[in-house]
Amino acid sequence: MNLDSLMLMRDEWFLTAVIMLLLIAEVLLSAKNKKYIIQLALVLFGAYTIWAFLPNDTGELFGGSYKTYPLVHYFKAILAFGVFIILLQSVNWLKEKLLPYDFTAEFFILIFSSLLGLNFMMSAGDFLMFYLGLELSTMPIIALTAFEFWNHRSIEAGVKYIMLASLSSAILLFGVSLVYATAGSINFEVIKSALHLPLLEIIGLIMIFIGIGFKISLVPFHFWAADVYEGAPTVISNYLSVISKGGAVYVLMTLLFVTFTAFQKEWNWIMYGTAILTMVVGNLFALRQQNMKRFLAFSSIAQAGFILLAMLSNNELGVKAIVYFLLIYIFSNVAAFGVVHVISLKTGKENIDDYNGLYRTNPKLSLVLMIALFSLAGIPPVAGFFAKFFLYAAAASKGYYVLIFIAVLNVTVSLYYYLLPVRAAFLRVSDHPIPFFKSDNYSRLAFIITMIGLLVLGLYSGVFEFISNISNIF
Amino acid sequence: MDILSLFVVVPVVIVLVMVLFTKNLKQARIVTLVGMLVQLGMSINLIVKYLHAREAGDQSIMLFQKNIPWFAEFNAHYHIGVDGVSVLMILLTTLIVIAGTFVSWKIQPLSKEFFISLIVLATGVYGFFISLDLFTMFVFYEIAVIPMYLLIGIWGSGPREYAAMKLTLMLMGASALLLVALLGIYFTSGIGGQAPTFDILELAHRQMPFAWQKIFYPLAFIGFGTIGALFPFHTWSPDGHASAPTAVSMLHAGVLMKLGGYGIFRFAMFLMPEGALFWQDFFLILAVTGVTYGALSAIQQTDLKYINAYSSVSHLGLVLFALLMINKTAWNGAMLQSLSHGFITALFFALIGMIYGRTHVRDITKMQGMMRIVPFLSVAYVVAALANLGLPGFSGFVAEMNIFVGGFLNHDLYKQVLTALAVTSIVVTAVYMLRLTGRMIFGPTTKVYTNLPHAFWYEKTAIAILVLFITLIGTLPFWWLHFIQDSVNNFIQPLIK
Repeated sequence: MNLDSLMLMRDEWFLTAVIMLLLIAEVLLSAKNKKYIIQLALVLFGAYTIWAFLPNDTGELFGGSYKTYPLVHYFKAILAFGVFIILLQSVNWLKEKLLPYDFTAEFFILIFSSLLGLNFMMSAGDFLMFYLGLELSTMPIIALTAFEFWNHRSIEAGVKYIMLASLSSAILLFGVSLVYATAGSINFEVIKSALHLPLLEIIGLIMIFIGIGFKISLVPFHFWAADVYEGAPTVISNYLSVISKGGAVYVLMTLLFVTFTAFQKEWNWIMYGTAILTMVVGNLFALRQQNMKRFLAFSSIAQAGFILLAMLSNNELGVKAIVYFLLIYIFSNVAAFGVVHVISLKTGKENIDDYNGLYRTNPKLSLVLMIALFSLAGIPPVAGFFAKFFLYAAAASKGYYVLIFIAVLNVTVSLYYYLLPVRAAFLRVSDHPIPFFKSDNYSRLAFIITMIGLLVLGLYSGVFEFISNISNIF
Repeated sequence: MDILSLFVVVPVVIVLVMVLFTKNLKQARIVTLVGMLVQLGMSINLIVKYLHAREAGDQSIMLFQKNIPWFAEFNAHYHIGVDGVSVLMILLTTLIVIAGTFVSWKIQPLSKEFFISLIVLATGVYGFFISLDLFTMFVFYEIAVIPMYLLIGIWGSGPREYAAMKLTLMLMGASALLLVALLGIYFTSGIGGQAPTFDILELAHRQMPFAWQKIFYPLAFIGFGTIGALFPFHTWSPDGHASAPTAVSMLHAGVLMKLGGYGIFRFAMFLMPEGALFWQDFFLILAVTGVTYGALSAIQQTDLKYINAYSSVSHLGLVLFALLMINKTAWNGAMLQSLSHGFITALFFALIGMIYGRTHVRDITKMQGMMRIVPFLSVAYVVAALANLGLPGFSGFVAEMNIFVGGFLNHDLYKQVLTALAVTSIVVTAVYMLRLTGRMIFGPTTKVYTNLPHAFWYEKTAIAILVLFITLIGTLPFWWLHFIQDSVNNFIQPLIK
């Protein structure tokens, strides 16, 4: 092993270095200068994000337990970019709520560790690395969920999350051990060629699916989602709903498409049923929500159901559609959560009714909210439309027209609830609307980035073409 | 920039100018008006160029084509082009938007946002009429529908939130069905081993298997039919029209609902001819039901907007009915009816808005003798009523004449009986239109409304534009049919082999 081959995992090295530097800074900086940690973290992580977009080689390390190739490399970069926008949104919250307790460095270290875990999980070449990455990505988030320790809902959310996360990890590990028992290896390549005893392996696969399904919040493993999203700090809900979900979807996709592709017949039915359940249940619950964070939680459950449409395809088109969808989904959801976050921080209001008359007092914020929700609902010319269209196309390429039919009916239902906040902000007037306020520069930058992304990524096909060119993972 | 893309680009530029530079109602309406006059100039220029190209012997099915790859992965192109029908539809859209701008001269509050939404809607409509690629078409279709939610929801009256939501959900639900059909067409076009395509000119050469046509044609027909007020999927339309502000009702009934008939003509029937013939009899029943049911419902109503909304269901039912008759005469009538209904119904809604703005009542039992109070508006209303019931000299007559003659050209009894049923709607239309004018326009004056202001100059301009074109179609039908025939002859080919 030489330096060149170690450079294959430079994303992880760089991120580890960032974490270390922050630790040192935390120790060295005097209490008066602690506030500079925020800027330091942003600059370091910004550098990492730019670095992550530079091309990298293909190869593997540690006897095949770590693998990197263009798609996973750029997907890591996309996630890093998403985290960067979330960090921009969280600056104000950190300054107001956490700086007095001197907890800012911990926040950054935990969230970067979680991202590091996701990176390892996606690059994993065997179940050991996969599991380590999964745990590394989950544990810090549990701490972050309970980070607003003065707020008992936040603590409650943390406890709920740790219980269910450990349960799902246990199930997943049991599934891994069943696969290991039959295939005789934990290496994905070996398992792929050694699948021979279907029943036990299928049970193993189902258990692994349950473990990952928990992270993606697929129905019926979604019960934690709404409570945790509502209780957790908004930036963490945001992270859970896009970044950690995105990473888990990517892993599920590679597992199903590459490692367990031989079982396609079996897992197709599981995906088919789960997709319908997830879409329908997510939608029906979202219809009645008043709290914006719960609302976005159920909406993100329903969105996960749509992703499963493309999972059914098991072809390159599916890979393209899923990765592109996740990219757009990060932009849309981060923007929507961002608006909720900014308003909640300024006024403490989180209900849809509180948004009545928002357009008359805060027109720009309302427009951001509308465009983000339109993107989630899949209305052109916003990018979400194209992303959803490609998901349908991926499913249609294998002839699942009935499922698409169910999905488009669900989209129509989802349009109803996505229009509810729009209705509140634009159509209604209120005697006590949320007064005009200026958002801080960091959040504003975050909103500008997401809006440009949502308006450009769809109409301009170059990004999709780029993803297309690197999507051959088979 | 080619002359067709400008129709999409210019509105976007107008919107940008408005977002960046305009501050109040006066500036917003001037920018809209100037922008739309530019669009009008472009529409006329397009007609002239079109006539020149045809005179010069250009026989291609679509003129001024432009084909740029968009999502190469899916073979989705930004492919645009026009023929006679689309040229006229573009002209119709421009004129209605101009008339709508005049009608909304004093719109409050949020006037700038109002004009922006209106123009976004128009952009979607323009794009839809020039699309030759199913993917592009679908994108523009949804862009045209969604501003409706804000337009009705913010500036509407009555149960506006309910109406806006109902309309949006039904139309987007319909577009969802359309989406399934679209993907079906796309992927079955690749069955022979060729790359699947969204391009309609290309798709026309590929034989879609009959078994698939049977499944996807009804989805496409209902998808387009819903926006064209196909019974029983028309229920969004009366509520939507009744709650919408005047200019939006005009644009909606005048232009947006035309997307349905146009889509069936241009996409559904052209690409799935065998499916169209297979489902013909079934959908004919729905269309005829819509025609008669709409007319009968209009008799029952006392609200001016509801009367006109149901009248629209009836008259647009005739467009679908004519398309389902599948012969050239009927199709000519269908396209002419689309145009004619566009102008007539826009005139109606404009007048209703103006009368309502003065009396604050839309109930016909509460208004009498308007002729003495607001003579200009009343005369215009009588003109609209007469045109609507099909008086010769106005556009309604030529269009319906073609449709019914086309209907009777079919030799089988089933279609002739259905045509006879549809013809009865003319009588019913005459009943409710004449009763309405007799009561509201003529008759003794009530004391409640005596000092209403006469029509303002901007109102007169809007009315004049619409009346002019209603009479132009009525008196010079062959000039308009010339455009329509060119298109119909090409697009009916797959169906009458």
